[in-house]
Amino acid sequence: MSSVVARGIRAGYQEREVLRDVDLAAHAGELVALIGPNGAGKSTLLRVLGGLLRPSSGDVTIDGIDIAALDRRRIARHIAVVPQVFETLFPFTVREIVALGRTSRLGPLGTLGAEDARAVERALDDIGAADLADRRIDRISGGERQRAVLAMALAQEAGVLLLDEPTAHLDPAHQRATLDRVATLARVRGLAVVAVLHDLNLAAAFASRVVLLADGAVIRDGDVGDVITPQLIKEVFGAGLRVVAHDGRPFVIPEPASIGERRARAG
Amino acid sequence: MRTLTVFALLAVALVVSAAAGILVGAVAIAPGDVLSALLGADNTNGTIIRELRLPRVLGAALVGGALAAAGALLQGMLRNPLADPFVTGTSAGASLGAVLAVALGFEPALVPLAAFAGAMAAIALVWRLARLGGKTTVLTVLLAGVVLTSFAGALVTLVLVSSDRLALRLRAVLGWLQGGVSVISWNELVVAAIVVAVGVIGAVLLAPRIDAYAFGEETAAALGIDLDRTTAAVLATTALLTGAAVAIAGLVGFVGLVIPHALRFLLGATHRRLIVASIPAGAIALVLADLGARTALAPAELPVGVITGLVGAPFFLALLVRSRRVIV
Repeated sequence: MSSVVARGIRAGYQEREVLRDVDLAAHAGELVALIGPNGAGKSTLLRVLGGLLRPSSGDVTIDGIDIAALDRRRIARHIAVVPQVFETLFPFTVREIVALGRTSRLGPLGTLGAEDARAVERALDDIGAADLADRRIDRISGGERQRAVLAMALAQEAGVLLLDEPTAHLDPAHQRATLDRVATLARVRGLAVVAVLHDLNLAAAFASRVVLLADGAVIRDGDVGDVITPQLIKEVFGAGLRVVAHDGRPFVIPEPASIGERRARAG
Repeated sequence: MRTLTVFALLAVALVVSAAAGILVGAVAIAPGDVLSALLGADNTNGTIIRELRLPRVLGAALVGGALAAAGALLQGMLRNPLADPFVTGTSAGASLGAVLAVALGFEPALVPLAAFAGAMAAIALVWRLARLGGKTTVLTVLLAGVVLTSFAGALVTLVLVSSDRLALRLRAVLGWLQGGVSVISWNELVVAAIVVAVGVIGAVLLAPRIDAYAFGEETAAALGIDLDRTTAAVLATTALLTGAAVAIAGLVGFVGLVIPHALRFLLGATHRRLIVASIPAGAIALVLADLGARTALAPAELPVGVITGLVGAPFFLALLVRSRRVIV
């Protein structure tokens, strides 16, 4: 049972500060969706949570331990990151890719043991990718590759799972399948999951909590219905997105510009 | 099963090519006489076999194995089959180190260490230059490699022309620079073999960590890789292997590029298997190339770099065309 807590995070690149005093927490069993417009700092926040970008102030703790005090190997045993890029020119098999999840447990001679092999098979099973195990990663579909890297992150057996737009290149059916799987894993395995999601409807459907980020600050952190509201969505994303309720869940529908708006733009 | 077959074939091919390298040469020596020469016969044939052909075959094998292992390391870390010690400027740096050592009158046995120092300086500089844009990509590494290769080449020429010690042996030194295993003593061979052995152990130990670079540096870090330390270790190992190879045979191009790439088709991508196979495969390739170099225009000798260049350059171009989509 893990939790990741970030407090008072300020972070950025060189001169540009991207995050201004951000707090965020994810606890065991939760899928926290990180939403917000492009450039809001979602990916940067995820990098900070994963220990891949050092904040200029504030701290990130896992189960109360400050990750600044841990080396990469130890961090990787607690936090798994699902990569956004999963293309490689080399003919790794899916099983070999999943085994990369055990990198932080390599022995001194760079070997993996029986326990690692079991973790790899378990991760393949959990993600429904056992039938892909011996296929080459460069010869399977985008959706299958997505499953492979998800299995790789699971094989890390970390309590915290971070995903940056896991559904970016997937069709709607695979988007649903991926998030359903992640939400189930969070519940069943007690993982603390933080996922950056662009699609507000996917966030509304699968997240147990939503954090709305804009301009490097948290605008609202709460239940789906408290965050994805007509007023907040308009405030943060601007006009043109209608929020309606359906089945007790908010839906965000993009609206074409009205004739009046178009005329005004055409001048 | 397939892996075992490939390794068995490599072992057989290594023995056969080494035997061919020892049996065939400018002077025709009957196989029986070669055997007695190897066993220590005290005659001209004995001298030719023991002091010329055997060290030469061993030298070629060391050079080929070292370059192929270094290429596999670099390709893995850059996750691109376009990298090797030659195109990244590492070989050029090593040649500058070696030439300087000779010009300054160092012991011949120290030349591999000077070549290592040159290789290390070159590859560290290339990496630093390539990093200026933020991420290390194969494109920036190749560009920095091109620049450094020209610069080191100019310095080598400058040293050659201005050093009295080298001017006397200009022809030999130029031949060596073009890639040639012709003049090699047992002393140099032993030093180079030790350096290569250390490099090979390093490469095999690092291999599983290089696998973790499959999706880039950021993912490698997320998987638990200490990027700074691992990168430094890989570059140092590459420099060791390249330094030893260049000290023996000068600038031999493309072995480090072609061998790991070809083996990947047979053995898959994981680097421990790939590196372990690259060593005998590179050795075979260079022993055969050297055999070609000294018999094609016999009694004249071609630098072995001519052979590897003729075969390797078109291969590199084909690779470049095929992968331009993903080169950055």
